[in-house]
Amino acid sequence: MSNAISALNGATWAEGIAAVTEAPMQGMITLRGPLSDAKLKKAATTVAGVDMPGAGQAHVADDRGLCWMSPDELLVLCPYDDVAANTETMQSHLGDLHSLCVDVSDARAVFDLSGPHAREVLAKLVPVDMAPDQFTPGMFRRTRMAQVPAAFWMHDSDTIRIVCFRSQAQYVFDLLTTAAQPGSAVQIF
Amino acid sequence: MLILTCPNCGVTGEETEFHAGGEAHLKRFGPGSSDGEFETYLFMRENPKGVHFERWRHVYGCGKWFHAARCTTTLEVFGTYSAQVTEPPKEIRDTISEKRPGWTWRDFA
Repeated sequence: MSNAISALNGATWAEGIAAVTEAPMQGMITLRGPLSDAKLKKAATTVAGVDMPGAGQAHVADDRGLCWMSPDELLVLCPYDDVAANTETMQSHLGDLHSLCVDVSDARAVFDLSGPHAREVLAKLVPVDMAPDQFTPGMFRRTRMAQVPAAFWMHDSDTIRIVCFRSQAQYVFDLLTTAAQPGSAVQIF
Repeated sequence: MLILTCPNCGVTGEETEFHAGGEAHLKRFGPGSSDGEFETYLFMRENPKGVHFERWRHVYGCGKWFHAARCTTTLEVFGTYSAQVTEPPKEIRDTISEKRPGWTWRDFA
């Protein structure tokens, strides 16, 4: 099998007020269906190893987790190499439930934005209140980052993990590095 | 700028995160209808100064459609509600009546 590499091959930039790092390939499975159904819950939690998140929440530990995308969609995170096996496991749990379970790992790019000014850098790009008491760890937000769709959550206290489409990875990387230029801190948070 | 709350995912965002989908509560007239009805369905739209009902889609978020009741002059949003209804729910109409007594919009009041 060919050697899968991420969109920007792990590009990093740390000369500004926050560090931007492209994360290595992350396994992602889109799961659509009735989120309250026991079969679906079982399928999702078995492969992700975390509890079901509530609306607007993400439960992520390292490279495994569950993100609430919409009232009928979950994003299942798992190690890239386990995606095929996990998809099969999930499908066996789902059985004949009307649902959809698809590998979307290669359609996405993942960035880590870290440092004490990470919130500030992201606040310049998204129409979301990034104040520490408003956007808290555990929350998951899909929104617009400048001109492209993106989703993010607090991966730890000063790291924000951002997911975007792979075809827009260079655009998002450029956005983040521009917003994190040295001397551009607003000191709002 | 409009601040809308998506009733599907509960996110409150500003209007660039959403996409307008035109007038709400249109009744479709398709094959078999009269020319007059079809023309009205296809072309005739409200253009009110004040209370208005629209369809919106949370395009950068959960991707779901919903309805919004708002004021075209002040951009005040009276409320948002499910897309799966054919008329504004009572709570929304009551809220509007409180803030804009005597309002009418098409057949609703």
